[in-house]
Amino acid sequence: MNQGTNMSGDQQRGATAGTLPIEGLEAVYDRLAEAIDRAGPEKAELFLVKLALLNANALGDATRVAAHIDAALRDL
Amino acid sequence: MHTPSRTPRHSIYYDYQVHAPWLPSARSPEVAPAAQRAAVVIVGAGPVGLTTALELARYGVRSVLLESELQVSEGSRAIVFTRRSMEILQQVGVATRVSENGLPWRFGNSFFRGQRVYRMEGLHDPDDRFWPMINLQQQYLEEYLMAAALANPLIEVRWGNKLTAVRQTGGMAQIEVDTPEGPYRLDTHWLVAADGARSGIRAAMNLKLEGDSYEGRFVIADIRIDLPFPTERRAYFDPDWNPENTVLMHREPRGIWRIDYQLPANESAEDALRPASLKARIDAQLAMIGHGGTPWQMDWSSVYSARALTLAEYVHGRVMFVGDAAHLLPIFGVRGANTGFQDAQALAWRLALVVNGAAPATLLASYSSERVGAAREIIAEAGKSTRFMAPPSRGFRLLRDAVLSLSLSEPFVGPLYHWRTSRPHEYTQSPLNSAGDDNALFKQGPGHGAPPQNIRLGPDDFLLDHVGGRFDLLYFTRDAALPSALVREVSRARQRGVPLAVTAVTPPDGAARSVAGADQTLVDSDGHFAQRYGIEAGGGAYLLRPDQHICARWVTLDATRLRAALNAATQGTGKGSAEEAE
Repeated sequence: MNQGTNMSGDQQRGATAGTLPIEGLEAVYDRLAEAIDRAGPEKAELFLVKLALLNANALGDATRVAAHIDAALRDL
Repeated sequence: MHTPSRTPRHSIYYDYQVHAPWLPSARSPEVAPAAQRAAVVIVGAGPVGLTTALELARYGVRSVLLESELQVSEGSRAIVFTRRSMEILQQVGVATRVSENGLPWRFGNSFFRGQRVYRMEGLHDPDDRFWPMINLQQQYLEEYLMAAALANPLIEVRWGNKLTAVRQTGGMAQIEVDTPEGPYRLDTHWLVAADGARSGIRAAMNLKLEGDSYEGRFVIADIRIDLPFPTERRAYFDPDWNPENTVLMHREPRGIWRIDYQLPANESAEDALRPASLKARIDAQLAMIGHGGTPWQMDWSSVYSARALTLAEYVHGRVMFVGDAAHLLPIFGVRGANTGFQDAQALAWRLALVVNGAAPATLLASYSSERVGAAREIIAEAGKSTRFMAPPSRGFRLLRDAVLSLSLSEPFVGPLYHWRTSRPHEYTQSPLNSAGDDNALFKQGPGHGAPPQNIRLGPDDFLLDHVGGRFDLLYFTRDAALPSALVREVSRARQRGVPLAVTAVTPPDGAARSVAGADQTLVDSDGHFAQRYGIEAGGGAYLLRPDQHICARWVTLDATRLRAALNAATQGTGKGSAEEAE
C-alpha cells in the first residue's frame, strides 16, 4: 500500500512535475519530430541520446533523470 | 629440462644482457639439492617480484628469487609510473635512476575530429617530490631493480629457474624447479607468486580470477620516431582510419613513441600483428595527426585485451599472490604495475614481521583484505574508463558517441573523458587502524589507512625521504625531550621485535634542534607541516605503518594509546588494545 503510494509519487515527480503549458509541449512535439527527420534514420538515436544528456545536465538532478528513464522505458 | 633462450631479445634501443642460469650443481656439494630450504621464495623477477625482494631485505629477511628467463622484460610493457609508485621505488633505492632516465608529465589530452575536447591536469603539489606520472620502459626499471637486488646480500637471484609444481604440506610449500641442467626441489616457509598475468602458481593451485573480460582488444606498438609533441597522454577517439575505436599515444625515453590502437571486433591478433597491417595503421595515425611520411622504425608490438579480474583471496596458506598474478587490470589508467608495487610493499613488511617473529601469521590476512579491496575498487573505477574507451554494448556505444559529439560544443561532458588514473588506495576499513585514537577529531591531514601527504622540508628534502621500512611515529612537539613514558613504550615495542622509529617534528623556535628521545628531528620551518597534518598543539602525533600508510593519529598522544595502536597494527585482528600486550 505504502509502496504503491510512493511509486505513484515518484512517477508524478519524475514524469509530470514541472508544468510545460500545452502550447509549449506542442511546440516541442513538432520540433522534436522535425529534428528526428532531419537527423535521419542512421543518426536519430545518436541525436536523441545527445538531447537526453543535454536535458539531464539542464535538469541538474540525476534522481529525476533516472525517474524519466524509468517512465520512458514503460509500455514500449 | 628448462631451456630459456640465450639469444638477446631484439630491440632497437635496449641492449639486452643475457645472464648465466643458476644451476643446482653450483651449490656446495655438502648441501644436497633435495634438501634445499629457504625462508621465502619469490617466483618472478618482474618489477613486482623484485620490489618484494628488496622490501623484505630492508627488514633483514632473506629471499630466493626465481626467474624462468635469462633476461629482462621483452618490450617496454609497463611504461607509466605514478607518483605513489615512485615513492615506493624511492624506498627500495631506485627512484633516482628512474627520475634521471624517465620523462615526467602531468597532462592528458582527448581528441575527436581533430579538436582537443578535453585536457586533464594531474595535480603537482609543491609538497610532492615526484611528478604525477613518469614514463620509462619496463626493461630499464627491471634493470635498475635487478642491479639493486644483485647488490643485496640477502637476495639470491636464480636466473633460468622455472617453477613447475607446487604443493603445501606440513606448514611448508614444496616446489619443483626446472633448470637448464634439470629439476630440483625447494622447500620454503613462504612462497610469493609474482609470476605475472599467466601465473603458473595460480594455475597449478587451480585458483580462478573473478570479474569481467571486455571485448576490446588493443595493439601496442613501440616505434622510434621524431615527433614534436610534449610528454603528455594523447587519446584519439573515433579516428577516420579506425572508426568507432580509440588510439592512445605516449612518449617514451630514447626517442620511442607508444601507439595503442583498438582492433575491429572480428580481427585476429595474428592478422593485426602482420608487418603490413601494423605499417598501414601507424602510417594512417601519423597522417591523421599531421605527421604522415615522417620516417619511423618498429621496435616491438603486442596485442592485449581489457580485463578486470582479481583473485578473491591473495593469501592461500603459505602462498601469497602479488601483482598481475593476483589481478589483471585494464591498462587504461596505468593500473597494472602501479597496483603491483603497492601489493609488494603491503605484503613485504607484514611477511617480514611474521618471519622475524614480531607478528602472528594472522597479520597476513590483512594483506589480502586490504589489497583485494583495493583491486575491487580499481576494477569498479577501471570499468568506467573501459566502458568509455571500448564500449561493451550498443547502449554504451551510443552514449559514448553522444558524448564525443556533444564534446565539440558542450564542455560539460568533458570530465566524462577523465581517465581515472591509478591512485593509492586508502585502507579506511583496515583492521590495522587504531580503534581508540583521535582520527575522527582531525580536520586536516591523512586519515586512517591513507598514504601519507609528503611535505617539502627544504631544497631536495622531503618527509618521505625520512620515513618507511619500519613503523614511524611522527611526534609534534616544542619541547626539548619526548615524554619519558613514550620513550619507555617505544623501547618496549622494539624489544618485542617491532621496528619503530620516532621522528620529532619541531618548530624553528622549539626548545631543541634535536629532541631528546627521538631518533631524528625534523624542523617545520614555516609551520605548514603541522598545518597540513591538522596538528594544532604540541603532543599531537601520527603513526605510520612500514608501508607509510597511516594507522593512528592523536591530538595528544599517551603511551597507553601508542601501545594499543602498535598492537592493532601488528596483530591484524582489529582488537589491538593496551591490555592484550600486558
